[in-house]
Amino acid sequence: MLSAILFLPLAGAVVCALWPREHEQYVRWWAALVSLAAFIISVVAFAMFDRTQSAGFQFMEHFTWIDAREIGGAFTLQYKIGIDGLSIPMVLLTTGLTLLSVLISFGVGLRPKEYFAWMLVLETGVLGVFLSLDFLLFFLFWEVELVPMYLLISIWGTGRKEYAALKFVLFTVAGSSLMLVGIFLLHYSTNTFDFEQLSGANIQNTIVPINLIFWLILAAFFVKLPVFPLHTWLPDAHTNAPTAVSVLLAGVLLKMGGYGILRWGVSVFPQAAKNFALIFAILAAINIIYGAFVVLRQQDLKRLIAYSSVSHMGYVLLGVSALKQVGLTGASLQMFTHGMITGLLFIMVGLIYERTHTRDIGQMSGLMRKMPVIGVAFYIAGFASLGLPAMAGFVAELLVFLGTFDKFVPMTILGVVGVLLSAGYILWMLQRVLWGPPMERWEGLRDTRNWWEIGPVVGLIVAIISVGVYPLWIVDVVQNGVQPIVHRLA
Amino acid sequence: MDDITRFLPELIVLVTAGLVVLVDLFVPDKRVLPWLTLLGLAVSAGWTVGLIVAGGQGRAFGDMLRVDAFSLFFLFLFQAVAAVVVLSAIDFVGQMPDRQGEFYALVLTVATGAMLLSGANDLIMIFISLELTSISQYALAGFMRDSRSSEAGLKYLLLGAVSTATLLYGMALLFGLTGTTALPGIATALHSASDNLRPAYLLAATLLAAGFGFKMAIFPFQMWVPDVYEGAPTPVSAYLSVASKAAAFAIVLRIFFEALGDSRISSEWANLFAVLAAISMTLGNVVAIQQRNIKRLFGYSSVAQAGNFLVGIAAVSASSGRFTIGASGVLFFVAAYAFTNLGAFLAIIAISDAIGSENIADYAGLGRRAPWLAAILAFCLVSLTGLPPTAGFFAKVYIFNAAIQAKFVWLVVIAVLNTLVSAVYYLGVLRVMYLGESKAEGRVRAGLPISFGMAVSALGVLVFGVAPGPLLTAAQKAADVFAVH
Repeated sequence: MLSAILFLPLAGAVVCALWPREHEQYVRWWAALVSLAAFIISVVAFAMFDRTQSAGFQFMEHFTWIDAREIGGAFTLQYKIGIDGLSIPMVLLTTGLTLLSVLISFGVGLRPKEYFAWMLVLETGVLGVFLSLDFLLFFLFWEVELVPMYLLISIWGTGRKEYAALKFVLFTVAGSSLMLVGIFLLHYSTNTFDFEQLSGANIQNTIVPINLIFWLILAAFFVKLPVFPLHTWLPDAHTNAPTAVSVLLAGVLLKMGGYGILRWGVSVFPQAAKNFALIFAILAAINIIYGAFVVLRQQDLKRLIAYSSVSHMGYVLLGVSALKQVGLTGASLQMFTHGMITGLLFIMVGLIYERTHTRDIGQMSGLMRKMPVIGVAFYIAGFASLGLPAMAGFVAELLVFLGTFDKFVPMTILGVVGVLLSAGYILWMLQRVLWGPPMERWEGLRDTRNWWEIGPVVGLIVAIISVGVYPLWIVDVVQNGVQPIVHRLA
Repeated sequence: MDDITRFLPELIVLVTAGLVVLVDLFVPDKRVLPWLTLLGLAVSAGWTVGLIVAGGQGRAFGDMLRVDAFSLFFLFLFQAVAAVVVLSAIDFVGQMPDRQGEFYALVLTVATGAMLLSGANDLIMIFISLELTSISQYALAGFMRDSRSSEAGLKYLLLGAVSTATLLYGMALLFGLTGTTALPGIATALHSASDNLRPAYLLAATLLAAGFGFKMAIFPFQMWVPDVYEGAPTPVSAYLSVASKAAAFAIVLRIFFEALGDSRISSEWANLFAVLAAISMTLGNVVAIQQRNIKRLFGYSSVAQAGNFLVGIAAVSASSGRFTIGASGVLFFVAAYAFTNLGAFLAIIAISDAIGSENIADYAGLGRRAPWLAAILAFCLVSLTGLPPTAGFFAKVYIFNAAIQAKFVWLVVIAVLNTLVSAVYYLGVLRVMYLGESKAEGRVRAGLPISFGMAVSALGVLVFGVAPGPLLTAAQKAADVFAVH
C-alpha cells in the first residue's frame, strides 16, 4: 500500500510528461486525479493505522535493492519503507497539500504538462523521505526533490526566480552533502543503514568523534527546517515561487527537516541530542524571536509569511530540545499543524496576488469589502497561525511550552513572547490589507468563485479546526510515534 | 592457439581497421564504412562473450597479456564506447566523403590500443598499447585540418610526448629496481625489497602517476583538456573524454594495485592521489563555472570527474574482507561516467549540429525546440551532478563510501562540497535550456543513428541508476583480480 502511495505520483508524472500537447488543458485533471488517488490511499492507511501499538512500524515493505556486500562490496541498500506515528501525519500532510496545490494551480497556463509532472515528481521525493527506513534510501529521496523544486521555482516563479531557485539548491546540496559524509561515517562503525538497527545501536569505534557525525547529519536538517543563520534561502525561495509551490515548500518541505531531526537525529543519537539540548533550545529561541521581529518589518505579503514560518519552525526545535514525551509530541504536532496553516496562508496570499498583482502591503487597503470570502478565510488562517484556542496551532504550541517549561525556562518565556509577537504581526497585517479606507484602484476586484480555489480553502479550514477542537485523532498517533524516541532517551 | 584466441577480440578490431581502409579504397559507396566498423566491433564483442562462455580466461603470449574479469570488463566498455562514437560520427564524417575511411580506422585503432591496455600485464606491452591509442588520438584530434582542430592536435601531441617521456623514466626506474618488466615480477621484487629502496620505488610511482596523469586528465596535467576538447571534432572529444580516460584508469589500477600495491608504499601514493584528486575536482569544477562554450565546460567537468575516480584509487586501503572496494568503485564510476558522458556528448553533437553553435547561451529554449534532446542532455547532467535516479548517484555513493572506509574523511568532505560547486554549472546548462527564450524557431531533430546511440546511453544511465546491481557485480568481479588471495 505504501509503495502505491509512493510511486503513484511518479507514474502520474510520466503520463503528464507524455501527454499529447494538443490536449494540454486536460492534463490538470489527470494530475488532480492522481494526487487525489494518492491522498485517498493515505487516508485509508491512516484509518487502518493501529493506534494501540506503542512501538514498531506498520505496513512495512522490505527487500534488498542492492546487495553490494555479497561479493565484497561495502554496503547494502534496502528498499525498506514503513510508517509509524511520526511519519503517517507527514504522509497525510504531503498527499493532502499536494492535492490542494494541484487544485489551486488549475489556472496555470504556462507549460502545464511540465508543471504538473514536476509537482508529482516532487511529491514522490517528499513521500520517500517520510517513508524510508533505510538511511541511504532516505538520502536518495532527499536528493530527488532538488531538480523538480529548482525548475518549479525558476520557470513558474516570479521576480528573482532564478536566483532564488539556485540559492535553494545550493543551500540544500550543501546540507545534504555533509549529511552524506555523516551517513557514511555512521555506516563505518555500525555497518548498517537500517533504521531499526541504527536506532538501537551502540555506536562505537567511529573515525571522528560521534558528536561530529551527529552535527554533519543534522546540517541537512537544520538547513531545511530552517535554523538561523541557515535560513536565508527560505524567504527568497518562498517569495519568488508560484503560490502552489510556496504551499508545498512551507507546508511539506520544511517538515523534512523537523522529521529528519526526530527520526535520524534524536532517535539514532540520543546521547548527543542530550548533550546539545541546550544549544537546540537557544537556536530555537533565536529562530522564534528573530523570525518574529523580521516579520514585523516586512512589506511583502509572501515574505512576511515566509519569515513567520522561520519563527514557527523554531517551536518545532524548541519542542525537540525538551527531549521528553510532551515536548516531542508538541514538536511533531507543530509540524503537522503548521503545514496546514501556512499552506492556507500562502493560498490566501496567492489568491490576493492573482487579483491585485501586487504583494506590497502598503498598496493594499480595504480589500474586505471587495472580497469577503477571501477576507474571512484569510482571517481564519491568521487566527490559526497566531495560536488561537480551538485552532490547530494552539494545541501544538501549548504542548511545546508544557514540554520545555520545566527544563529551559528562559527559552520557554521567549517562545511565549514569540506568540505575542505573532499575534501582533498577523493582526497588523490583516488590518492593513483587509480594512482601512477602500482604495479606488481596487474597485474592480472580484471575490473568488472558482470551486478549485474555494474547495482547498474550505478543506484546510475544516482540518485546522478539527485538530483544534478534537486534537485526539492526531495526537494519539503522534504520541505513539514519539514513544520509542522517549524510550531511547531514558 | 590459446594465445591467439585470447588475443582475438583486439585482433578482430585491428583487422577491421585494415579492412575499412581497403574497402574505402575500392568501394565507391562510402556509407558502408560505419556499418563495417560496427560489424567489426560486434564480432569482437561476440568473441569476447564466447571467451567468457568457454572459460577462456588466462594468460597469453607469455603473460604479456591477460584475459581476466578486469580486462573483460574494459573490453566490453571500449567496444560499446567505440560503437556509440561511430554512431555519433556518421553524420559528421559524412560531410567529408574522401576521408571517411581514415576516421573509422583511427577510431578502431584507438579501441584496439585501449583494449590491449586493459589486459596488458607487462611494462613494454603497456607502453606499446598506450602509444597505439595515443598516436591515433593525436591524428583524430587534428582531423578537421582547420586551425582550431590542428592546434588541438598539435597541443595534444606535444604534451602527450612529454608525458610519454615521463612515463618511460618511471618504467625505466622500475625496471632498474626490479630487473623485470612483468607486473607480477615487479610486485614480488617490491615485496622483498629492502626498506632503503622505498624512496626509489616512490619516485618511480610518482613518475608513472605523472605520465598517466596526462591521459587521466588530472591536475597538474589538465591544461590540454579544454583546448583539445574544444578544437577537436565533437565525436572525437566524446571519444577522448571517455575511452582515453577509462583506458588510463584501467592501467593505473592494474599497475598501482597489482604491481605497486605493497602496503609499504601504497599508503604513500594513496596520499599523493588523494591530494591530486582534491585539487583536480576543485580546479575543474571552479573553472567550469565560467565557461561559455559547452565543450570547454565538459572539458573541465571531465577533469573534475577524473578527480572523483582518483578518490577510489586513493581508497586502496579500503577493503571488505579480501576485496578492494576502491578499485570496484573506480570501475563502476568509469562505466557510469562512460554512459553519462557519451549521452551528453551525443546530445551536444546533435544540438550543435542543428543550431550551428557550441555556445551555451545559444542552447536557450531547447526544452521546447528539442524536447527529447534536451531531456537526454538534462538527464545526463543530473547524473554527472550525482543526483538520483541515475547511475552517477550510485557511482558517487559507492566511491565516497569506499574513501570513508579508507579513512579519507577530509577527501570525502572536499568531494561532496565539490558536488555543490558542480551543481552550479550542470544545472546552469539545464536552466538555459528550459528557461531561456529561444532566439530561433523550429524543431531541432537528430539523425537516426545518433538518436539510437543517445537512447542507449541514456537508458544505461537510467537502468544503472535504478538497478545498478548487475554493473556493480561486474565491477566487483573485475576488481576481484586485485584481491588478496
